[in-house]
Amino acid sequence: MVPLEQEFTITAYTENHVGLLHRLTIIFTKRKINIESLTTSESEMEGVHRFTIAVTETEEVIQKVVKQIEKQVEVLKAGYYKREEVVQQELALYKIPTESLTNSLEVELIVREHNARFLTIEKDFVVIEKAGYRRETVALFEDLQPYGINEFVRSGRIAVARQEYGLGKQVKELLGEEVDG
Amino acid sequence: MGTVDTLNQTTTQTTSTERVTGADAVVRILLEEGVDMLFGYPGGAIMPVYDSLYDYREQIHHVLARHEQGASHAAQGYARASGKVGVCLATSGPGATNLITGLADAQIDSTPLVCITGQVPSGLLGSDAFQETDVIGISMPVTKWNYQVTRAEEIPEALAKAFYLARSGRPGPVLVDITKDAQFEEFDFEYKKCTSIRSYVEKPALDLAKVEEAAELINNAKRPYVLFGQGVILAHAEKEFKAFIEKTGIPSAWTIMGLSALETDHPLNVGMLGMHGNYGPNLLTNECDILIAIGMRFDDRVTGNLSKYAKQAKVIHMEIDPAEIDKNVKTDVAVLGDAKESLQELIKRVKPNSHEEWLQRFRDCDKQEHEKVIQDELYPTSDILSMGEVIRLINENTGGDHILVTDVGQHQMVACRYSKFTQSKSNITSGGLGTMGFGLPAGLGAALGAPDRTVIAVVGDGGFQMTLQELATIYQTKAKVKVLLLNNEFLGMVRQWQQLFFDKRYSATEMINPDFQQMVKGFYIPTNKVTKREELEAAVKEFIEFDGAYFLEVMVGKENNVFPMVPSGSGVAEIRLE
Repeated sequence: MVPLEQEFTITAYTENHVGLLHRLTIIFTKRKINIESLTTSESEMEGVHRFTIAVTETEEVIQKVVKQIEKQVEVLKAGYYKREEVVQQELALYKIPTESLTNSLEVELIVREHNARFLTIEKDFVVIEKAGYRRETVALFEDLQPYGINEFVRSGRIAVARQEYGLGKQVKELLGEEVDG
Repeated sequence: MGTVDTLNQTTTQTTSTERVTGADAVVRILLEEGVDMLFGYPGGAIMPVYDSLYDYREQIHHVLARHEQGASHAAQGYARASGKVGVCLATSGPGATNLITGLADAQIDSTPLVCITGQVPSGLLGSDAFQETDVIGISMPVTKWNYQVTRAEEIPEALAKAFYLARSGRPGPVLVDITKDAQFEEFDFEYKKCTSIRSYVEKPALDLAKVEEAAELINNAKRPYVLFGQGVILAHAEKEFKAFIEKTGIPSAWTIMGLSALETDHPLNVGMLGMHGNYGPNLLTNECDILIAIGMRFDDRVTGNLSKYAKQAKVIHMEIDPAEIDKNVKTDVAVLGDAKESLQELIKRVKPNSHEEWLQRFRDCDKQEHEKVIQDELYPTSDILSMGEVIRLINENTGGDHILVTDVGQHQMVACRYSKFTQSKSNITSGGLGTMGFGLPAGLGAALGAPDRTVIAVVGDGGFQMTLQELATIYQTKAKVKVLLLNNEFLGMVRQWQQLFFDKRYSATEMINPDFQQMVKGFYIPTNKVTKREELEAAVKEFIEFDGAYFLEVMVGKENNVFPMVPSGSGVAEIRLE
């Protein structure tokens, strides 16, 4: 039986050091795994950074990849979640011509229906912002397409564990900090 | 959480503050870390450090290799023979890129190396300056850790961390790249050794429940079988390992990196694993009920086809690196931690036992292998000289207390199969990367790292020609390395595969060689060549007894093959004796 590929979100708590991004991406490159999105940011702990990496792979491969990530000297803790184990979002920006807005109410209705919002309205273009699951940002894209999309961008995935604490709790314990609550 | 310092490390041992240049700090740190020998090659971007080394030339011996790759392999040989960290120095650009093969080799074989490279001045970084390469980017996949220094004040922390990481936990190579301006810059020098890093687990804490589980399995096993690797040597666990197998009476086989951790003649030492390993150790992998892997990583050269590997056995894996657990072979009980501590706890929990009948199976296989392969390899009846008989004569003349360094290829397999060892840290070979060109410089490094022992570097005509310029370094350093060239005028291992799997189409494997005797004479190294059996014994004796570097070339069978063999893609039980 061929193991099933599925969507995973890998989370790594790390030091904020030059070159670590490269070190982590090598782990994927070496195994010819495509990273679907990668987000790095500060975490809830000062001085600790967080990588969120979205990949579609088999669980067996993901387990090995996560161990290799955690093995890196500057990684404090790494783990992975299945789709149902995280609350995840992406942010999308859509730039469309202003005339598509002035000619009818349709675009405004679409934006409302999708719970999106106008970020800016300029003379020649408007920018709409939508946060949500991939399927939601894609749905808005499809609805806006007939009006002409001049530019479109979507951020990498950000995700938190669907439980009171995620890996961060272990990181805090590792660093000898008190865990709130 | 307060402000985080740049490298997040815990440190000990302070020295008084003094204003020095970055370059001077580098050399002072080397002394603080106990380095008395390093291997390198000067060049523009590392010249300030070399200038400082001149002031300390009585305390630190710098070995001028003839190529940076040679320097890196020599540092590996030095590290493996001495148990210390090997240190390399190179300039930017080509100097640094020439170290890469050595780094990759050290990474896969867990050899502690600290490489220090010069870099173009920080203002020129990224400008494609003369001799600029992104050595941090290039070396990242082949180092345990690396770091670029652009200010002198970063040097102490970076190097402290480098030495700590290279030698701690699962050892490995690290690289610190220092811009030329940082080497010139003056700062208030103070050195603190690094003892821990908050994001780095040196060794996982031993879980006694896992040890109990392992002991339970071992106590109930009928056909237990131990595979041991370099982890035993790196953890200084040879004594505990021997006590464990002697108490439990378990047959034990070695990976090429674990060779010499247990003396060859030990009754429970059943031989070598892997593609060209012994018959019994491979065949019986698929008959044991408990497989106990200690400090080894189930390399594909050991396991062959994984889908046919030890499927009947419960697997216990004792290992320091959590990423090795379940990487290749699914484990039933993983005992994470340092092999020495794990074995100390395991010994307390296992019952005394013997497995005579099971051990006899290995002996029966030995007998078959002896009849079909070993007898003829060690005592050939044809006029053609074999590699095995040369190794046999080496054993007879050294008594097994020598250090064997090998290059890569047929001679490596033969030398490792037939060498006899009486003490640990006696086998230095490129196991994981299989680096041709490793043997000669690693032999040089080993001879400098263990000056009281007899060091024999066995090389083939192919690998020898990849780094033979280091004969000059051997001459200059007076390293007492004995170089044995087993010359078959072929890239023998590739030719063997071509014969067996590519219809004897010998594509680009025949070597028209230079006159090695004339060449070695040019390096002022005593040399001898043997083409007939009647000359061999006396020549080997002289080779071993000569006090100093010596080169012996033996012309061996051009088309001899190494057997047994587990063909690529086959299971270990499909091992061929002929």
